[in-house]
Amino acid sequence: MAKGPYSDKVMDHFMNPRNMGEISDANGVGEVGNPACGDVMKIFLKINDDQVCEDVKFKTFGCGAAIASSSMATELMIGKKVEELLALTNQAIVDALDGLPPAKIHCSVMAEEAIEEALKNYFKSKGQDPAIVDEMKAKIKKEN
Amino acid sequence: MIYLDNVAGTKPDARVVEKMLSFYTEHYGNPSAHFYPIGREAFEAMEAARGEVASFINAKAEEIVFTSCGTESNNLAVKGFLKNPKNSGKHVIISEIEHFSVDSTVTKLINDGYQITKLKVDDSGLVNPDDLKNAIRKDTALVSIQHTNPEIGTIQYTDRLGAVCREAGVAFHVDAIAAAGFSELDVKSLNCDMLSIASQNFYGPRGAAALYIREGVKVSGLMDGGHQERGYRSGSENVPAIVGMGEAARIAKAEMGIWVPELVRLQKQLWDGLGGMFDFLHFTGNKDRRRPGHVSFWIEYIEGESLLMWLSLKGFACASGSACSSNILAEDEEDLAASYVLTAVGVPSDICAGSLGMSMSKYNTQDDIDNVLKVMPETVQRLCEMSPMYNRK
Repeated sequence: MAKGPYSDKVMDHFMNPRNMGEISDANGVGEVGNPACGDVMKIFLKINDDQVCEDVKFKTFGCGAAIASSSMATELMIGKKVEELLALTNQAIVDALDGLPPAKIHCSVMAEEAIEEALKNYFKSKGQDPAIVDEMKAKIKKEN
Repeated sequence: MIYLDNVAGTKPDARVVEKMLSFYTEHYGNPSAHFYPIGREAFEAMEAARGEVASFINAKAEEIVFTSCGTESNNLAVKGFLKNPKNSGKHVIISEIEHFSVDSTVTKLINDGYQITKLKVDDSGLVNPDDLKNAIRKDTALVSIQHTNPEIGTIQYTDRLGAVCREAGVAFHVDAIAAAGFSELDVKSLNCDMLSIASQNFYGPRGAAALYIREGVKVSGLMDGGHQERGYRSGSENVPAIVGMGEAARIAKAEMGIWVPELVRLQKQLWDGLGGMFDFLHFTGNKDRRRPGHVSFWIEYIEGESLLMWLSLKGFACASGSACSSNILAEDEEDLAASYVLTAVGVPSDICAGSLGMSMSKYNTQDDIDNVLKVMPETVQRLCEMSPMYNRK
């Protein structure tokens, strides 16, 4: 079959999305985007007492690139510590997908933002100030 | 693969391809070279094709100008007409659901001091002829309103819109590219001064299209050169494609009466089948005044491109009016603009991100429609389960 605009990895994650669904007892949930822009991405996190991401699921309304970005993001997240989750950039998601068309890069950015929102929600549920996520994120960016 | 994207171009009829071949292998002369046989043959074949195209839309052969594609025909109609010194007026009227080749062309005229009115359409995509009447001003130079919308399938009251223009003495161009081969086109009863058609949309080859210019209407060519097409379109003619277009026009005129009723029958099945499947599927366009074989819709909770991709993986080629896939090779996400056609017919952008179009041709069969209706429920269900908006309430 002639190759379409997406890499084989993107097509694989589109056809067989990993970790699709919801976590009923999630302790961090983040939703970004809106249908008017064509994408909504929702991420459910289960972070254990050692601050390790034990489980993650997603639900996405969006194009092939949005679905594949969410799916790939969840694969990169499982087993990672909170700081590692925050260090996960959209570029890492794009690279893991063997690239996205330039006009679809924003889908990977949404995935990064969804993780951020879910972690804010996680800290909030622990009674901590969600702003800690922005601080940690800024620190990581500075170090890189 | 089951091909359901015939608004994007039809499969050429085998008789068309057969007729074209010798113009690559034997009669390859330049039709401007009248003094040796292969040039003369090319010329005569081209003129015969002109006759067929003219007869297809009830025009005279000398009223047909061959171009390279529908976009060129539309550009020639709008810019060529306004450029001609015999035509005056700095106001142009179109509808808000014109094809890009009319919409962008007309929008750019603002830079040249033109004023543009884009007529609103109702929620089924129809322009009200009274609105046109009210919009025409003393300085209106041209009205350009398409016959059939390729995205939502709606067919305008073109004859009535034409009558309004005639009465007001304003020139009327009709983009009939999505109509040719699917609706009867008679330039006289449509009351038009110019009409665009493209060969690839009625079982002819790509690379040939035409603009009808009513006798007496003044249009200037856009390309300078060797004065081909009586100066309307300089440049060597694509003889094989033009010959193919002539044959496609001949076949369409003779056989439309056979294939159109069958398309209407299959269309009704697809429409009723999809309509009964989900209460969150919404059709677009006008149910009664629509292109035969054309069904378009959007589904709550589901983005257009992902549905298009799944259908493609299952062997169906459909069209998307999606926000996301309209220009996937664009360098910039800003170019992924939502469909202005959907916005114009009032599709709510807060719950809809992209529509899907299925447009049949004479080659589609009962089995094709049965198969689409078979795969749709599982495909839609799968995407619904993935959507954070499904079952939210």
